[in-house]
Amino acid sequence: MINFSYVRTTDVSEAVREIALDPSARFIAGGTNIIDLMKENVARPTRLIDITRLPLNRIEDTPDGGLRLGALCTNADTAYDDQVQRRYPLLSKAILAGASAQLRNMATNGGNLLQRTRCYYFYDTGTPCNKREPGSGCPAISGLNRLHAVLGASEHCIAVHPSDMCVALAALQAIVRVQGPQGERAIPYAEFQRLPGDTPQIDNNLGREEIITAIDLPAQGYPDHYAYLKVRDRTSYAFALVSVAAALEMDGDTIRDARIALGGVAHKPWRDNDAEALLIGQAATDQNFRCVADAYMRGARGYAHNTFKIELAKLAIVRALVQAVRMERNGDKQLHRTTTEPR
Amino acid sequence: MTSSYIGQPLNRVDGRAKVTGEAKYAAEYNVHGLAHGFIVSSTIARGRIVRIDSGRAASVPGVLRVFTHENREHLPSYDRDDEHSFLPLRDAKIHFSGQPIALVVAETSELARYAASLVQVEYSHEPHVMDLNTRRGEAYDPKEDEDSASSTKDRGDAQSAFTHAAVRHEAEYTHPCEHHNPMEMHATTAAWHGDGKITAYEKTQGAPRSQKYLMKVFGFKKDEVRVIASYVGGAFGSGLRAEHQLFLSVLAARELARSVRVTLTRQQMFTIGYRPWSIQRLKLGAGADGALHAIGHDALTNTSRLEDYTENDVGWSAALYNCPNIKRSYKVAQIDCYTPADMRAPGGATGMYAIESAMDELAYAAGIDPLELRLKNYSEKDLNEDKPFSSKQLRECFRQGAQRFGWAKRNPAPRSMREGNELIGWGMATGIWEAMRLKASARAVLTYDGKLDVASATTDIGTGTYTIMTQIAADTLGLRIADVTFRLGDSTLPPAPIQGGSFTAASVGPAVKAACDAVREKLFKLARNVPDSGLANAKIEDVAFVDGRIALARDPSLGVTIVGAMRYGNLKQIEEVAKAELAEDLEKRYAMYVHSAIFAEVRVDADFGSVRVARVVNAVAAGRILNPKTARSQVLGGVVMGIGMALHEETLADHDLGRFMTHNFADYHIPVNADVQDIDVIFVDERDDIINPLGVKGVGEIGIVGTAAAIANAVFHATGKRVRDLPITLDKVFT
Repeated sequence: MINFSYVRTTDVSEAVREIALDPSARFIAGGTNIIDLMKENVARPTRLIDITRLPLNRIEDTPDGGLRLGALCTNADTAYDDQVQRRYPLLSKAILAGASAQLRNMATNGGNLLQRTRCYYFYDTGTPCNKREPGSGCPAISGLNRLHAVLGASEHCIAVHPSDMCVALAALQAIVRVQGPQGERAIPYAEFQRLPGDTPQIDNNLGREEIITAIDLPAQGYPDHYAYLKVRDRTSYAFALVSVAAALEMDGDTIRDARIALGGVAHKPWRDNDAEALLIGQAATDQNFRCVADAYMRGARGYAHNTFKIELAKLAIVRALVQAVRMERNGDKQLHRTTTEPR
Repeated sequence: MTSSYIGQPLNRVDGRAKVTGEAKYAAEYNVHGLAHGFIVSSTIARGRIVRIDSGRAASVPGVLRVFTHENREHLPSYDRDDEHSFLPLRDAKIHFSGQPIALVVAETSELARYAASLVQVEYSHEPHVMDLNTRRGEAYDPKEDEDSASSTKDRGDAQSAFTHAAVRHEAEYTHPCEHHNPMEMHATTAAWHGDGKITAYEKTQGAPRSQKYLMKVFGFKKDEVRVIASYVGGAFGSGLRAEHQLFLSVLAARELARSVRVTLTRQQMFTIGYRPWSIQRLKLGAGADGALHAIGHDALTNTSRLEDYTENDVGWSAALYNCPNIKRSYKVAQIDCYTPADMRAPGGATGMYAIESAMDELAYAAGIDPLELRLKNYSEKDLNEDKPFSSKQLRECFRQGAQRFGWAKRNPAPRSMREGNELIGWGMATGIWEAMRLKASARAVLTYDGKLDVASATTDIGTGTYTIMTQIAADTLGLRIADVTFRLGDSTLPPAPIQGGSFTAASVGPAVKAACDAVREKLFKLARNVPDSGLANAKIEDVAFVDGRIALARDPSLGVTIVGAMRYGNLKQIEEVAKAELAEDLEKRYAMYVHSAIFAEVRVDADFGSVRVARVVNAVAAGRILNPKTARSQVLGGVVMGIGMALHEETLADHDLGRFMTHNFADYHIPVNADVQDIDVIFVDERDDIINPLGVKGVGEIGIVGTAAAIANAVFHATGKRVRDLPITLDKVFT
């Protein structure tokens, strides 16, 4: 950790001015990621701008029938919010599948979007990493890559985005609202996070002098048919090997609308509109689900330790869709278990 | 000895101190003028430091000194090659990634950490090897081999018996590197007293051992260095050896003439000892009835280039099974890593994983129930050395464990139980661990007010030693727990071995009893002389020490209080020191082991292969249980660690970089609460009059032995898939 100065701001415009003043300044909210990164010398900000007192911690209706989540609402407050639980249970479930209760109590919605990858090499300054030090190389490609991307990776980086919440946001087609020196703008979720390409050091399209103020959820929240399925190496406090956010609109047995987003497989939550479209107007059968799962993973490429993710993702897509149709929780109780059941 | 505390599930006597923060750990002693050291670790695995530039670090205001191999004090020990052949900052050579190469000492820990990031190092690289698999051809018989195969002789002709066996099983089992990961990170607060003397508050499993290390390495005389480890936040073997922080903090304190603390970060906890990688080949041959005719067990573990680390992977089957033909080999191969270290049940956890997995496979090959196969080959004596057991209630462990678990209802066919998307499997295994006893001593001081102070230089790494020793002392003299204090973790106290090997209760317990017995005799002599005590003609066998009184057993109304006897004798205190050890002839005549039977139920997702352990029954035979509560906690912890060994734990190494990469608790998985479900611990009655006067064995390690095999066997039963490579992650089950 390096020496840094600290300032607290209570006004969004002031926060934007502060960040513009110093190229090595960073915002801090819940601090659940940046503090770790600072301790490991991965992030080396000389100035921290504390934004926890900005008035961005409300959840409120939007004029078009959606819901606005303040960027500084904690993940826990968001997941347990009545409106979110009732209208966007997919989001609630995804948030609760992530991290631990302690972390969710601190972490904010804006911060969740901006968390960095959990790639081993990114976190260890004793090793090369193109995301941490552009041009230094990517040891994961020929090294330890069991947790890494099978979709959308590049020869420069095969890291994955670690968030669960973001997978649900991608499926729900949320809008990320930001404010910068030029004013406000809205970024559709699909355009928020990036693939690594040859600039893996840039995770997303938020400008350096911009701040996330809110996340807007559209009116359609798929409360009747949804599933968030997370497959991981232990029951809690583990990042997804593969996760699936599935949301359906059903007309009897026929699928009228379908959303599928994958976590743990790419540098951003992975969606494939063409593959999703295969379900529209179709019957909710295992065969159709298998078909869309195959389509989703068509372009996938495995590395030495993560090829299993390709088949695992297909099985997880099918299971999630089945759950979304039936709205039963039988099969995934070990994946989402938060309490120990007495026998 | 009347017994009102021994055998009772007493709460920990140190529990209150621990939960209130009154209990101080090594890094919590805030001595006057304390400076803070931070270790700079190497980023390459093998080579030399060409240049180390600490100029920028040293110029940070508040930085006191940057120690490197170039400017550190010269110690004669640097020139010696001995058992501690790695000393930090000895020279420019790099032996492993993460090696301490500099210590930055500053006024605050934050400054030291920051300045450490400014130290610039240039290396010349040499080719390294970190993959044990590629070193099979370079395996050799280890130099220091007291622990391993050579201590037990092969017997019969295993090769021929295997070839002719009606039922055969042969397979290779592998197990990754694991780190101990105690909750408390290693730390030393080296308190400088101004006269060249040092008190080291140290995380260690043995204060006397750390003291000896400092005497040897720095040339201290015994009265110049004291080591204190009053409380230790877990260790699992990682505190058996003096680690980097002890050496570096004392080095810095001597040169700066100031107190210095060095704490390892969690990441740096992965630069010290670990359970080695192992590759084991098992060959089992049996008759059609399941009777074992041949056991072949070959193990290879890694060591460092610095020294040979060995463990007993292959010695267990001969003590456990009645088999006429056994052949074993144990080899090590060098890789460019730090030296491995004993980790909870070293060798036992590793070796029994392979043996008990192979036994399960043999049971399927022979078409015999796995439990039946164990009973069929049950050994009534230790055929390793042809000795009777001091006690062995393993049969009872099998019976009670199976009953509690419901084993009799098991359908042996794999994939025969399913609930929704979950495949259910039941597996079992046997556990065995040595019941060791070493020489130990203790001092007991009874004061005029009836308070007893007992002390020994043993350690309590979280096991409950404080509590059980207090129980033993209180019972021996008939005092209340509240009137007895037990002190430990101080090199100035009467010598005792390190806390390890599950031998503390069996070693220090008898010493405590002997010291208290000596006090008891003196007290009794005093009591006899007290007028009207009614004890004038009594012998010590005739009296009971109960409730602070010495009274005739047949008529408790006759007697005297302890305080009264002390007053009569005009004594301020009675002090006795005693040593205790196992008589040599008993050690020669008997084999002494702890046994267990483990039954596990797993639930495996039929699609994804993810495994959870729904319940475990572990039935343990470990002699007399001094405190069922602390003993149960030890076995519970062992089982949880066994779940981790089976499903989660693995320190991943990047072979190209020669570096451990999962060096934090997000990436290095141990079971979380949600992974730990129903664990049932049974202690079966086992009387042992041989091992020590208390009849106690030890329970610190037995809980992990066999647990991983029981789980792996259950995974096979659930899925029909045999995973022979730990940990059993879902990709291995699913593909």
